[in-house]
Parts: sequence; structure tokens; C-alpha cells
Amino acid sequence: MLRPSTSIPRRGRGPLWRDPALRALIVQIVLFAALALFIVFIVDNTLSNLAQRGINTGFDFLDQRAGFGISQTLVEYTSNSSYGRTFIIGLLNTLLVSVLGIVAATIIGFVVGISRLSSNWLVAKLAAAYVETFRNIPLLVQILFWYYAVLQALPSPRQSLSLFDLFFFNARGVEAPSPQPLPGFDLTLIALAVAVAATLGLAVFARRRQIRTGRALPMYRIGAAIIVGLPLLVFLVSGSPLDWSVPELSGFNFSGGITLIPELAALWVALSIYTAAFIAEIVRSGIMSVPKGQTEAAQSLGLRGNITMRKIVIPQAMRVIVPQLTSEYLNLTKNSSLATAIGYPDLVAVFAGTTLNQTGQAIEIIAMTMGVYLTISLIVSLLMNLYNSRIQLKER
Amino acid sequence: MTSKSAVKLSAVTGAAVAAMLGVSSANATTLEDVNSSGEFTCGVSTGLPGFSAPNDQGRWTGIDVEVCRAVAAAVFNDPEAVVFTPLTAAERFTALQSGEIDVLSRNTTWTATRDNSLGLNFTGVNFYDGQGFLVRNDLGVDSATQLDGAAVCVQSGTTTELNLADYFSANDMQYQQVAFDTSAQSAQGFESGRCDVLTSDSSQLAALRLQLSDPASVKVLPERISKEPLGPVVRQGDDEWFDIVKWTLFAMINAEEMGVTSENVDQMRDNPPNPDVARLLGQDGSYGEQLGLSNDWAYNIIKQVGNYGEVYANTVGMNSPLEIERGINALWTDGGIMYAPPIR
Repeated sequence: MLRPSTSIPRRGRGPLWRDPALRALIVQIVLFAALALFIVFIVDNTLSNLAQRGINTGFDFLDQRAGFGISQTLVEYTSNSSYGRTFIIGLLNTLLVSVLGIVAATIIGFVVGISRLSSNWLVAKLAAAYVETFRNIPLLVQILFWYYAVLQALPSPRQSLSLFDLFFFNARGVEAPSPQPLPGFDLTLIALAVAVAATLGLAVFARRRQIRTGRALPMYRIGAAIIVGLPLLVFLVSGSPLDWSVPELSGFNFSGGITLIPELAALWVALSIYTAAFIAEIVRSGIMSVPKGQTEAAQSLGLRGNITMRKIVIPQAMRVIVPQLTSEYLNLTKNSSLATAIGYPDLVAVFAGTTLNQTGQAIEIIAMTMGVYLTISLIVSLLMNLYNSRIQLKER
Repeated sequence: MTSKSAVKLSAVTGAAVAAMLGVSSANATTLEDVNSSGEFTCGVSTGLPGFSAPNDQGRWTGIDVEVCRAVAAAVFNDPEAVVFTPLTAAERFTALQSGEIDVLSRNTTWTATRDNSLGLNFTGVNFYDGQGFLVRNDLGVDSATQLDGAAVCVQSGTTTELNLADYFSANDMQYQQVAFDTSAQSAQGFESGRCDVLTSDSSQLAALRLQLSDPASVKVLPERISKEPLGPVVRQGDDEWFDIVKWTLFAMINAEEMGVTSENVDQMRDNPPNPDVARLLGQDGSYGEQLGLSNDWAYNIIKQVGNYGEVYANTVGMNSPLEIERGINALWTDGGIMYAPPIR
């Protein structure tokens, strides 16, 4: 039923509380103020209780000397560094194992997920057995298995298993030669950057050419040749300016080279294998969500099996896969805090463990640690959401 | 919802929360709390033989455990009126600060930071310890100064971890630290070959050594690199409870010095050989009432738990598998440094 507009009271006329928009605004302001007051009250209450009990508060401790050692440090750290530095060390170790885990879990997960749909009976059943085994054993148990079961089996450093006298396996981890760049190595790095840029440029050109003429360039082979060939040529011409530091047994342990500590190895393997079982199921669900008609249509156009998979099925499956994949990546990052069970120096073990206990500043440290995990998770979510919106079906 | 009811609701919620939190800032004293519940809570380790560990019947035993039983005997005339809560090194101070436990008796080293900045008070020392190193015999090491480059297993969040870093840097040596959450995990790490050396308080090393599959294959190096006075801890700001725990330990040490044992304590009470014993056992003066307890508080401790020497012998000393000599833990009259202020 239509009424003349003059019958609706105009804003500004009549009592204020009759205005629904203004009323809603006031309710929101009041609620927000009450929440803010509540938080202020909680914080103030906590601080005064802590002060009353003679417990130190504040973030001054971050500048004090830490005084303890850490087994794996990606940046410079000694026992004379500050507690603030232990935060950075722990954070970097958490990020390291998370990134390594995400990469490995994604690769294993995709391979297993696709294998489970294979028409080969053995491959499909092996993949199914993998998924059912690893996703049904608690992660902590798996971490302890890889750490203690595998570690116990390895020999002491003096009886190391060696591979060409370059790689050594023992209970202290894996020792490998590490590259030591000499002056002039910069040229090789510049060549590598140039090669990558050239390959990208060529790829854009090849794509345009294919759209225009229908002829494809074998980009994988050409790209690989450029990226490997150019830096290698420059490296040889500039006189091979690279030295290798080979691990050598001295005293109790190896010196030189780089060491993959067993705590990192165990945690990485366990996180990757466990998360990959879930990713495999996500991949399988994604692929199965693509109607069979899509595959049949591709085949009737004469596309080969792997092109059908790569160009038709996977891109459509990704729309289902990515949101769930985000959850798994977040889970993996947060699960990395189980590191504390085997002594891998991640953020929880170093900062929320040792540093908390040495300084006793529980509230500040736990708050910082929670803030870090929240920030990491939000960043991962953001990146995955950006990627997701790129691959979403373009509705035209 | 109108603005009026929203305001009302938030005001009510605020008041309720304020009331809830208000309780914690005006709470009763620890003694009143434990008297009304009939027992108190004692934080112990997750399992360290000799200090605090459950035996094969599941009963907590050890020198730290007996201190808590002695407090229960003094307060309730019942050494079993205490609940033991196992805690890791990283949890212990927060558990005490938050009121989850009333006494922390968990081989905890008395340091300035812990006493002064955590809102806690150390009540005394029930074991004088020092940090040492445990190595496998086949490593061929006789002294800690030969440990350059070694991988060292240590329990995280302990003074041990700090002493370790100081010792190696003072001696200009390198080491790789592998830090575990509990002492059992660090011992397991050592046994699995992850480390060359296990470091901890030397009494703990003696205990952990017994847990290894082959105790004869390892040895403790002679160096003691730190002072580790271990003792019970209470919350700061409750002097009454602080005094009770402090004087419980003093009563046990004084009893040993006076020769009062769990066996002769009845006879000693009925016929005190000297005024010191009479005061200790409540036959003279009102030393229990001064603490807010009954005057036979020390009698109950000694009768039901024993004097310091008896407890030491049965938990870590010669009557126990650990067989740790009294050493500096002997009474001051026997060449040690165990000394308690007089009861008078």
C-alpha cells in the first residue's frame, strides 16, 4: 500500500528517542563504553593485585640479559643477549618449522590426495592406508615417535653413518657441507636474478604468442636451461668463487658445515606427515566436487590426461580446496607449539617456557605469545583469502 | 533492546564481575583457608627420587614431601592432611602465585630474583646442593674443563640453565644446549645419545643415574659449578603462614641437634632432659600458640614425620637407594652448615 510521503515524520521532528537510527547509535556507544570500561577495570585490577603481591610487572625485562643458551638460532644469539632477543629467536624458529612444514605437507598432501583417486588399485589403497593411519594417531604421539624411536636408532657422532664423507647421520642430527661464498660470488647471484627475470619475461611473451597463434613454447625446458645455465656460466667464468665447509669430527661433535638438529627434523616430519593426511582428503574432496562432465568434455576435445587434470580439473577443484587448506595451514602453525615436548626451541619452548620461568613475568609473556600466534594466523588467512579471491569462479 | 535496559544490564554485569574479582583481593589468610578445608596443597616435582616421587604404592616420598607432611603434622596433627600437586619447573611459581598450591616444596633454588620479584618468600633451606655434570664413562672425560664442544642436556627454566651458560663462557668453552621440559625428559635425551653430558643439581644427578638402564656406565664429574640452596617457598604477604613453614623446618633441625627422634620423643616429652627439649616439645612456654598452632606442634612433627636427620637418611641418605653423604648438609655441630635458630 502506498502512502503519501508527507505522512512519515521527518527526521528532526518529534522526540529524539523516536528516531531508530539515533537510538541504535546510542546503544552501540553505550555498549562499547561499557566494554572499554570493563577491560580497563580488569587490567587495573590485575595490575593492582600483582603490585599488592609484590610481583614485578611491565616490559622492562625484555632488555635484561637472558643468560641461557639456545640450541638452534637463525640469527646471532649468545647467552649475553637480551630476553627480547629470545623472543625473536623463538619466533624465527616457529616460522622456520611452520614454513618447512607447510611446503612439505602441501606436496605430500596433493600427491596422496590425487593418488587416492588413481585407477591403479595398489596406489589408491596405499594412499587410503596413509590417510587413515596418520590422521588417526595423535600428533604428539607421532612427534615423540619420530624423536625418540628414530633418535635411539642412530649412532653416536664418533660412529656416524657417512655419505661420501660429506654428509653424516648421527644422534646429533644431520651434518652437511655448507657453502662459504668468496669475494666475486655476488656476480653469480646477479646472474641468477637476471635469469629469473628473463624467464618470467619470456613466459609472458610465450603466453601471448600462444593466444595469438596457438603455438606453444616448451617453457619448462627453456626456463630451466636459462635459470641453471646463465648463473653456472657466470660462476665458472668468474673462477668458481665458492668454498665448502665440510663437517669434520673434532672432540665430541662435528664442527664446520651446517647441522639439521634432530628436534627440528622430528617436528618437521611429524607435522608434515600428519597435516598431509588431512590435506590429502581436502584435495580428494576438491577433485571429486568437479563434475565428471568436465573431464568428459575435455577428453572429447582431445585433451590428454595430465592436461585435463592441470588445466580443467585442478583449477576448479582449487575453489573447494583453498578455504579448507587455509585451516590446515593455521593448524600446522599452531601445532608447531608441541615442539616444547621434544625440546625444539620454538616460541613456546623458549619464550613462554624458559624466559617466562627465568623472569616470572607470566602475564606479559603469555600475552605476547598469544599475540604472535594471532598475528601469524591472521596473516596466513589474509594471504590465502587473497589467493582464494583470485581463483574464484569469475561470474560474467 | 533499548538503551536503558542495555545500560542496566552492563551495570549489573560490571557489578557482578567487580564483586567476583573483589573477593580475591580481600581473601582470608592461608592458615584460615587451610583450617577451614582441613588440608593444604603442596607443590612437588613430577618425579625426582629422593626429593619427591611416588613409590610403588603410589605414595609420595622424598625429603621435599616430608617437609610438607611435617607442616601438615604441625597444623592438623595429621601428616596425611596434605594434597600433593606435581608441577614442572616452568609451572611451579605461577601455581604458587595464583594460589593453586599453598607451599612449593620442589627442589627449588633460592635466588634473589625468585625471592624478590616474584611475590614469593623462601622459608629456609632443606638441602644444600651444587650443580654437577653426568657423563658416560666411554667418553673418556675426567673433568668438566674437558667438555669443550659438548652437547649438554638440561631442564629448561632452571638456575641450572643459567649456571651452565656462565660456566662455559667463563672457561672459554663452546657447548650446544638441548633444553627439555622435565628432568625425566632430559635424562631420556641423555640416554638416547642426544647429548654427551647431563647437567643438573648433583643430588638430582644421583637420582637420575638410578633411573638409567645401566647406572654403572655413567659417572658424575667432580666439579660443582654453583651454589644451589633448595628450600620450601610460600606466597609473599602472609607472614603467619610463612612463619609456620619456616619454623617447621627449624623444629626438625633443632630436634636432630637435641637428639630428639621419632622413637624417643614420647619419653623426651615426659622427662625432658634439659629446658631446650622442654620448650621444643611444648612442656614449657607457648611457642606453638605464638605461631597460631597448638603447643605440641613440634612434638607432632617429630612423632609423625621425624627429625631432619631421620628424614634425610630415609629419603636421600644412607637408608635410601641414593646414598648421598650428609656433607655440608650435616649439622653445624658435625662440620656441616645446617643450623636453626633456637626455640626460646
